[in-house]
Order: sequence, then C-alpha cells, then structure tokens
Amino acid sequence: MAGRRARLRRRTLLTSGLALALLLVFVVSLMVGNTFYGLDKVVRVLLGETVPGASFTVGDLRLPRATLGLISGLCFGIAGVTFQTMLRNPLASPDIIGISSGASAAAVIAIVVFSLSETATSLVALVAALVTAALIYLLANRRGFAGMRLILIGIGVAAMLDSLVSYVLSRAATWDLQVAMQWLTGSINGATWARVAPVLIAAAVLVPVLLLHERYLGVLRLGDDSASALGVRVQRTRIVLIVSAVALLAFATAASGPIAFVAFMAGPIAARIVGPGASLALPSGLIGALLVLVADLAGQFAFDNRYPVGVITGVLGAPFLVYLLIRSNRSGGSI
Amino acid sequence: MSPTLPAALSPDVARLRRSTAVRLAWLGAGLAVLALLFVLSVAFGTRIVSVSDVISALGGDQDGIAQAAVVKRIPRTVLALLIGSALALSGATMQAVTRNPLADPGILGVSGGAALAVVTGIAFFGMSDPFLYIWVAIGGAAIAAAFVYTVGSLGRDGATPLKLALAGAAISATFASLVSAILLPRADVLTIFRFWQIGGVGGATWERIGIITPFLLAGAAICFFSARGMNMLALGDDLAAGLGENVLRARLIAAAGAVLLCGAATAIAGPIGFVGLVVPHLCRLLVGTDLRWLLPFSALVGAALLVAADVVGRVIARPQEIEVGIITAFIGAPFFIWIVRRQRVREL
Repeated sequence: MAGRRARLRRRTLLTSGLALALLLVFVVSLMVGNTFYGLDKVVRVLLGETVPGASFTVGDLRLPRATLGLISGLCFGIAGVTFQTMLRNPLASPDIIGISSGASAAAVIAIVVFSLSETATSLVALVAALVTAALIYLLANRRGFAGMRLILIGIGVAAMLDSLVSYVLSRAATWDLQVAMQWLTGSINGATWARVAPVLIAAAVLVPVLLLHERYLGVLRLGDDSASALGVRVQRTRIVLIVSAVALLAFATAASGPIAFVAFMAGPIAARIVGPGASLALPSGLIGALLVLVADLAGQFAFDNRYPVGVITGVLGAPFLVYLLIRSNRSGGSI
Repeated sequence: MSPTLPAALSPDVARLRRSTAVRLAWLGAGLAVLALLFVLSVAFGTRIVSVSDVISALGGDQDGIAQAAVVKRIPRTVLALLIGSALALSGATMQAVTRNPLADPGILGVSGGAALAVVTGIAFFGMSDPFLYIWVAIGGAAIAAAFVYTVGSLGRDGATPLKLALAGAAISATFASLVSAILLPRADVLTIFRFWQIGGVGGATWERIGIITPFLLAGAAICFFSARGMNMLALGDDLAAGLGENVLRARLIAAAGAVLLCGAATAIAGPIGFVGLVVPHLCRLLVGTDLRWLLPFSALVGAALLVAADVVGRVIARPQEIEVGIITAFIGAPFFIWIVRRQRVREL
C-alpha cells in the first residue's frame, strides 16, 4: 500500500528530525553558560582533547548535566507513554498515579530523617518506586486487571504518600528543607558522572526491551481475551512492560528527581507530531529529552532567578494538562 | 425523602432504608461519643495532665503549666469539631451533587484551589489577615470546584467517578506545581506555608473560631436547606425534573454551600483530606441515604472523627504531635482504595 509506505516514511523523517533537534539542543546546552564556548572548542572537548578552561567547564560541569537531562527525559518519555498506552488514558502517567510519589516520599525521608548521601538517596528512591508500583498493581489486580481501577487506586496511594511528604517536610530543618524541595521539584543542577552512570546503564538495558515489546501494547489494548486469542502471553507481557517502564522511571527519578509532567507531556505531544496509531515510544523519548533540556536552558537563563528544571516543566505542563483533560474527556480517552 | 424512593429502584436503596427509631438511636449514640471525645481531647495531649489539674483548669485556675495546657486545648477541640463537621458536610453534599461515591474536597482538587489562592495571596500581596485568608480561600475553592466539575463532566457519559477523580488529581497536580514554582525562590513564605499545608488545628484561638463560624453556619444552612432537592437529584436528573425540581438550580445552590464550607475550613486549618470522603459513606450505612438525616449525622460523625484523629495525633508521637491532616490521610486513603476495589469494573 503506497499510503502506508508514505506514512511510514513521513514518520521516519519526523523522528529523525526530532533526533536532530535534540542533538542541536544538547550541543547548545554545552556551549552556553557563564562563559560561552564556540562549537569548535566543544567538539574538541568531546573528542577528548585538552582545551584550557573549556575542558573543565564543558567536560566536567556541562556535559554530565546535559547528559543527565537527556537520559532522564528519554526515560520519563518512554516510561510515561508506555503507561499511557497500556492504560488507554493520557492522564494515567506515572506522576499522577502515584509511582513518582513513592519515590518522592522515600527520598524526602532519606534526606530529612536519615541524612543519607546522594547515592543512597537515589537507591532508596529507586526501591520505593518499584515497591509502590508493585503495591498499586497488586491492589488493582482483583478479579482481573482493570486499568481504571489501577488509576484510581494510584490516586489514593499518591494522596497518602503526599501527605507523608508534607509531614516530613514540616519537621525538616531549613537546610534540609531546601535540599528536599530541590529534589522534589526535579533538578539536574550539579550533576556528576557518578549520578549519571546508573540511569545511563538502566536506559541502555531497558530502553531496547521496551522498544521491542512495544508492538504488543496495541494488542493488549484490545482487552485480555482478544490479546491471548491473538497469541500474546498477556500477563507476562504486561509484567515485562510494567517492570521495565517502572524501573526506567525509578532510575531517572532517583538521578534527577521527579521532573514534573515530563512523563505525562511527552506521549501526547509525540502522538500529535508523528500521528496516532504509530509506534510512540521512541518519539516520546526524544520529546521528553528535548523538553528537559530546553526547560533547563530556560530555567538557567530566561529569568532573574535560576529555577530548577522541574519548576519550568511544571508551569509549562499545567496548562497542557488541563487542555489534555478537556480534550480527552470530549473524545472519550486514548492518546 | 424515603417515602418517594421506591424500593424497587435499587437494591442498595432498599437495603439502606432505616426506621426513624434506628436513626434516632444512632444520633443519640453519635452525640454521646462526641461528648466523650470532647472530654478525652481536653484531658489528653502531648503533656500528661492529672485529673485534678483538668478539673481545676476548667474551674478557671490557670496558674500551673498543666492548667494552662488544658485551657489551650479547649479552643483546639472546638475548632477540630467545627472543621470536622464542615468537611464531612461538604463531602456529603458533593457526593450528592455529583452523584459520585468518590467525591471529596481533597480528591476533587477543591482544597488545592484554596491552597493555591492562599499562597498567591501571601507571596504576591503580602496577605497576613486571617479574615482575608478565608475570602481568598473560598474564591480559590469555588473556581477549582467549578473547573473540575466542568472538565470532568465533558463528554458523552457525563461525570463518571473516574473522570471526576482524574480531573481532580490532575488539577491538584497542576496546583501543586504552581505552588512550588511560587514558593521555591521565597524561603520565608515556604516556612509559613509548609505548616499551613499539612492541615492542623494546633494553632486554634477563640479569635479564629469567631472568624470562621459565620461562614460555616452559612454553608451548613445552605446544605441543610438543599437536602430535599438533593434527594430528588438522587433519582436521576430526568426524574427529578419531572417531579418539578429545578435540577440546575438545586445543584448550584448545594455546591455553593459545599464550597463555602470547604473553603472556610481549609483557610483556617489547611487542606485536611478524606474526612469528606469517609464520613458520608460510614453514615449512609448507619442512617440510610435520606439526606435530611444523612447531612446532620455526617456533620456529627465528622466532628467526632476529627477530634479523635487530633487526640491520636497528639498522643502517639509524644513529645511531638502529628498534625490531624496526616492522620486522616492515613485513615482515609486506604478507605478510598477499599471503595475503589469494591466497585465493579463497569461502574468505574
């Protein structure tokens, strides 16, 4: 079918365009800062040459930061769209159904109560996100799996965990409070390679897994019975998808904090750009990474105050969320 | 309006019919429990006080620390009582107006709207007068309620529990991120706000109680006044209109009452979640679905629940205290999950 091939080519073109834009923004965020370095210097640093001044600023400060932004955004985007597609609801992103709240609660407790180091905090957040997701899934899995129930139970769990967060914050010393708030909003300030490494490895393993399993998502949406009739091992496939998506999300959240609404915005934007019905995981990941990097640039340079990236995405995401809510209720769900 | 509810309408309604004697008995029991809790709340607290100190303090003696502590507990208990009944009444009304078992000021994002409005007032307009807090919070709550309900009821099948709850959660997330954007660069406001945000009755004074009481009375009066109309709404919009009820007007008036209650309560005590969700469900089991009974009974039980939660929060973490909003969230969220699990899938 010529139409189909044309559509496919258009999608490939658009996805490549996104990748190109991402590369551009990545390079720009290496170039700008307190001191501006030209493209030639940045490329030379990236190639491993020693450039006086630029080697430290670009290689040790800006590169880990930009890499963390890119990888976190990618993970948020892919994890978010997996949930949204699986639960057939654009609002069912991990930030709304409580998984990010689990990570946040654990991290805040780790920072405020136990004064744990950055690495330990990340680890705790990771475990908590996985446990929260498992809990929500188990609670929702009664007399068969129902996406609706999972969303509502997630909202309940999120409410409980959020109140835990505010309780712990109310007990925090002022210094801890600042750190905890930074973490809660999501920030890639002061990223180091030690912080980037775990999420980088996780992304290298899990992103291919999700991309490979993505084609089953469409089949799962037909309902459990139809899917197993079509030869998909429903329970196993769903668990693989959920576990990989949650793990991606958890690693990214552990490294950069729950950057508000990225997981939620990336999928619907990607669906708008490449058209519905297509495979959305890769474009969503690219969009997520773009969102984080652009928002970080804006947070650093667009205002008098320097804002962490999560504030920018939060303020951007809020009206978008409302718009999406209205649109999806009008049309009856699905991205 | 139990006589107009045909038993055949729904097995649930028939099961939840209660005779007046049963209702009166529960009402009496509720009052007795509330009185007991009131005494407990005055007697128990972070500081352990002997019975003789409690009695001498109530007699007007304020010399010792123990007596002074007891005297401070009285306004606190009164405030918990008022806030609890306001929230429960507001929740019961919202559940009736939206015909939705998951309606609650917290879940629907109404408290979040009040919070955002208060933070905006503190941060940008240097607001510090508690009287202004109330007006601003009511305004924020009203806007949020109107918005969530409008968005949640768009589409073919109207305001289903899922759509309303999702709209509420999404709006809450939106408000929360706006609040943190406002607060992050302002450490001073952050300090004020984080205590307000948890929801507590610890800062109660007679002055504050005096400020919010008229608002609560007005809201409660509106809700009670609309009870009959809301009973009609329970029959479904078409049937209610057929029986001569102005559906839209009944909804709007009742919702205004609920928003007034919730906004005023939130302004003084911060967003306290789940009281409005749990209490009406519990009361429906006890006195049935007739709102003319359900509303006053919810107010009574809500008061008892919040006073009890406040006592628990003061006692379990001595010498510190846990704000009542945390306690209600930990009672209420599992309850919410339980309701969701009970529902059949297609009802969601």
